[in-house]
Amino acid sequence: MSFLSWGPAAVPLAAPADDGPGNPWFSWQYVRDNAETLRGALEFHAGLTARAVVLALVVALPLAVLAYWIKPLTGPILALSGVLYTIPSLALLALLAPAVGTTTDTSVLIALVLYALLVLVRNALTGLTQVPDEVRDAATGMGYGRFGRLLRVELPLALPGIITGLRLATVSTVALVTVGSLIGQGGLGDLILGGFRNNFYKAEIVTGSVLCLVLALVLDLLLAGLGRLLTPWARRRAA
Amino acid sequence: MNYLSEAVVWLNDPLNWTNPGGLLDRLGEHLQISFWAVLLGCLIGWPVGIWLGHRGRGGSAVITFANLTLALPTLALLTILPLTPLGFGKPPVVAALAVFAVPPLLSNAYTGLRSVDPEVRDAAKGMGLSGSQVLFRVELPLAVPYLAAGLRTAAVQVVATTTLATFVNGGGLGEIISAGFGLGISVGGNQIVAGGIFVVLLALVVEGLLALVQRLVTPRALRAAKRRRPTAAAPAG
Repeated sequence: MSFLSWGPAAVPLAAPADDGPGNPWFSWQYVRDNAETLRGALEFHAGLTARAVVLALVVALPLAVLAYWIKPLTGPILALSGVLYTIPSLALLALLAPAVGTTTDTSVLIALVLYALLVLVRNALTGLTQVPDEVRDAATGMGYGRFGRLLRVELPLALPGIITGLRLATVSTVALVTVGSLIGQGGLGDLILGGFRNNFYKAEIVTGSVLCLVLALVLDLLLAGLGRLLTPWARRRAA
Repeated sequence: MNYLSEAVVWLNDPLNWTNPGGLLDRLGEHLQISFWAVLLGCLIGWPVGIWLGHRGRGGSAVITFANLTLALPTLALLTILPLTPLGFGKPPVVAALAVFAVPPLLSNAYTGLRSVDPEVRDAAKGMGLSGSQVLFRVELPLAVPYLAAGLRTAAVQVVATTTLATFVNGGGLGEIISAGFGLGISVGGNQIVAGGIFVVLLALVVEGLLALVQRLVTPRALRAAKRRRPTAAAPAG
């Protein structure tokens, strides 16, 4: 180390370069040169998010209906979701990764599904419990059974709540995927962390972060549009 | 179950606790970073939220801001802030975490002040209290349960998110986990799982303690009605 500490010793070796032309915050040159890598990371990120949210929705809806039908289950299900919420994502990943392995993205996927699950169950349950009693009575009076009422009356009326949950879950999942970079399965997070470790390559960090934000925004808008399409009555009432 | 028992063996070794960079060291760092982040969040979130709630405007801005931070990856802020004039070390980590502590504090403070019964406010005005007197003698005391709920949400979230500081060598308990990954799963697996268990326990303890605080500062008459947390947290980091 002696020859390295010779000279202006106050400057640490790993200091970021000056904010000069050498290391700009953003550079089209970087984007052009690494378009292939960026697209791959973006696709991985979006794919992982989609898989996680869809899986979570498939599990969450029956759980919400169960909690809705069997009132004593509501408390425990919500309490469990509250406890799971406090668990740090990195810790969850640390508990999952040794058991599942780090060569695939399965451990990240499981963690993401668990977190998305909580948001979805809560919002779906809120949506279901907000169905007015008169509507429920009217449906029963019209001869709907339990399942018919659920599918044709209660679930459609709960759609705004479900969509809200879906949007929240999607946006936070996009952000959470980056934590997967701990085991190299973080999509755009790998770019962010890679840029940091690659001698603080600002363009790579910022491009990864911006793509993350844009992905979250685009998915959120898509889901909001889907919600509008699926609930035409809500629009009419507002007009 | 083998991997759990190995983690217990790791946790049972006193050296893993007292070593430099061991659990106790990292726990100290973790709590220190979290404390400053929550404090900074309170200093920003509460005044703004209370002011907006007192004036009764800016509600949609509060929601937009909260949703925006939801979409912002913690990792992005953790890696970007050290490259700004903040420099390396603890300050950028604290600042990054504080950004995520602000939304729950802000929105709960706002909700707390907005949910004061308008008749109570009118009565206070009718008694001749000035605007600031209404704020400090009527609205704020009534909003304390909400402020406590926000503090609890924010603190738990920050304690959980501080784990991520390890990505930028910021210290904290995440270092235990990432050091385990550095050793490789086959060798460091016990350390990874042990670190995970420890962090989970810490988060649950903090949650429990602050739930107790929230209960203590909530007047008895309000407890039954306020059982549900006014604003849910974002998934922790």
